[in-house]
Amino acid sequence: MSQIETFYDVMRRQGITRRSFMKYCSLTAAALGLSPSFVPKIAHAMETKPRTPVIWVHGLECTCCSESFIRSAHPLAKDVVLSMISLDYDDTLMAAAGHAAEAAFEETIQKYKGNYILAVEGNPPLNEDGMFCISGGKPFVEKLKHAAKDAKAVISWGACASYGCVQAAKPNPTQATPVHKVITDKPIIKVPGCPPIAEVMTGVITYMLTFDRMPELDRQGRPAMFYGQRIHDKCYRRPHFDAGQFVEAWDDENARKGYCLYKMGCKGPTTYNACSTMRWNDGVSFPIQSGHGCIGCSEDGFWDQGSFYDRVTDLTQFGVEANADKIGLTAAGAVGAGVAAHAAITALKAAQKKTQSTKEEA
Amino acid sequence: MSDQVTSAPSADPSDAPQVLTGDATAEDLGSLRRRTSVYVYEAPVRLWHWINAAAILVLCITGWFIGSPPPSMQIAEATHQFVFGYIRFAHFAAGMILTVGFFGRMYWALVGNHHSKQLFMLPLWDKHWWSEVFFELRWYLFMESEPKKYVGHNPLAQAAMFIAMTLGLPFMILTGFALYSEGAGQGSFYDTMFGWVLTWVGNSQAVHSLHHIGMWVIVLFMIVHIYLAIREDIMSRQSMVSTMISGHRSFKDDRPD
Repeated sequence: MSQIETFYDVMRRQGITRRSFMKYCSLTAAALGLSPSFVPKIAHAMETKPRTPVIWVHGLECTCCSESFIRSAHPLAKDVVLSMISLDYDDTLMAAAGHAAEAAFEETIQKYKGNYILAVEGNPPLNEDGMFCISGGKPFVEKLKHAAKDAKAVISWGACASYGCVQAAKPNPTQATPVHKVITDKPIIKVPGCPPIAEVMTGVITYMLTFDRMPELDRQGRPAMFYGQRIHDKCYRRPHFDAGQFVEAWDDENARKGYCLYKMGCKGPTTYNACSTMRWNDGVSFPIQSGHGCIGCSEDGFWDQGSFYDRVTDLTQFGVEANADKIGLTAAGAVGAGVAAHAAITALKAAQKKTQSTKEEA
Repeated sequence: MSDQVTSAPSADPSDAPQVLTGDATAEDLGSLRRRTSVYVYEAPVRLWHWINAAAILVLCITGWFIGSPPPSMQIAEATHQFVFGYIRFAHFAAGMILTVGFFGRMYWALVGNHHSKQLFMLPLWDKHWWSEVFFELRWYLFMESEPKKYVGHNPLAQAAMFIAMTLGLPFMILTGFALYSEGAGQGSFYDTMFGWVLTWVGNSQAVHSLHHIGMWVIVLFMIVHIYLAIREDIMSRQSMVSTMISGHRSFKDDRPD
């Protein structure tokens, strides 16, 4: 273990030229939003630092985070996995399986005690002693706690690990619980999204390698550089929002013109993510660009915020398909009717009193 | 204080029987016997009332449109058209005015007269106050033939105002500025002050829903408030609507209770 290869060593061994290596460093700096002066810093870090061991575990999840991750273009996931980090354990990506894989898991924990990064995809269900997710013959929650005990830091990949996602949606029968509620004594970085953007995932890892620390986190524990703004803030359809020009129905003229999808329930104004700037699939597009509103997949509890196609969301507390405005209108109607009835009775009573007093006078 | 009211020999408030007269002070009781009008709402209170009412009206209308935008308009190219932007601007501006007004009103409760404090404190521990609440409830349910005289708010109105305004406005200010902080951006003043609300509730969409519910509570209050102000102006033994214009509460009869 004394001689762990540096990133640069590994890259050169793979036949990557120094020129390509420098190109890669500048692309990475750009992806992280760093100035060109950071390129030599990144290069220096890559040349001198040993690769960071990473253990990547999978709980209740759909592997969409891994699917996204392996499609990263800047830096290429291949570079991250083969050169930048030392992905010592990832049961879906590694060649080994079964007992061999579990042995590698234990070996990595022993070998790099206190120095490895634990990447968690998915979350542990806590109900029935965690029996709803078994990994390596044991409840996943045990594996998670075991791996987290000696980790330097924990990365919560995706909405599952960060917030719970669909398996934690009401009524959450398995009691799926986000990682930060199970692991409370380690620094945790949340990278939400279903899945997170590939370049965001690799960007977070690259940042941690380059600077040997966690990126700046926001109030919810997300890296501020990727989750500091809403989709809405950088949406290219924003001028149509401010103008009051909306898509009124799917496939109407306004949809063809590319107007704002706010009325179609776009969750861009309430969703913090980098989709409208970094986009997906090597910057090809993102949901709004494809004509569909954002569904808010990187927000806490996004499955429980009513339909993806409503701006004013349903409140399940008041029965199905009742939102705050419908309830409010109904209540206002009822109170209005009550007021009218009250006024009518008041008038009747007053008239009655008048007749009585005139009768008494007579 | 009592020597001021000695002009009316039989009106020493200390030996007057305990009567249902809301939050009347000894001074008020004396005044009730001597004249038929009491100066209740000082100018800042009245000013706040009407500015607050106007701000709420603007906030409700623009707020409704922000949740459910008006039909798309094609006046000019998007660059030169700012319809929804103006609606949102009006909402934010009215919200700022309402906030400043509410702080001004709180300040006036500290330095203003006795009645200016009534909005901010419910005497829940006072049995007499509760009996007045139930009396007023019976009056509204046609179970009492004659209402009482109240110098300030009647106890039932006081409770309603406390819920809709004293609790309702800070709730709307808090959730409103939290939503505003999303546009202002992370690290902004509004984010530092109110961003925690979003984190605490968990999802900004849920904060939107809470903000909507808050609006409807205030709308319900508004309907009942306006109806009862007009009704009581006609039915009760004192002035209502004009009191919030002139500040004077005048009474229609001289009977002490």
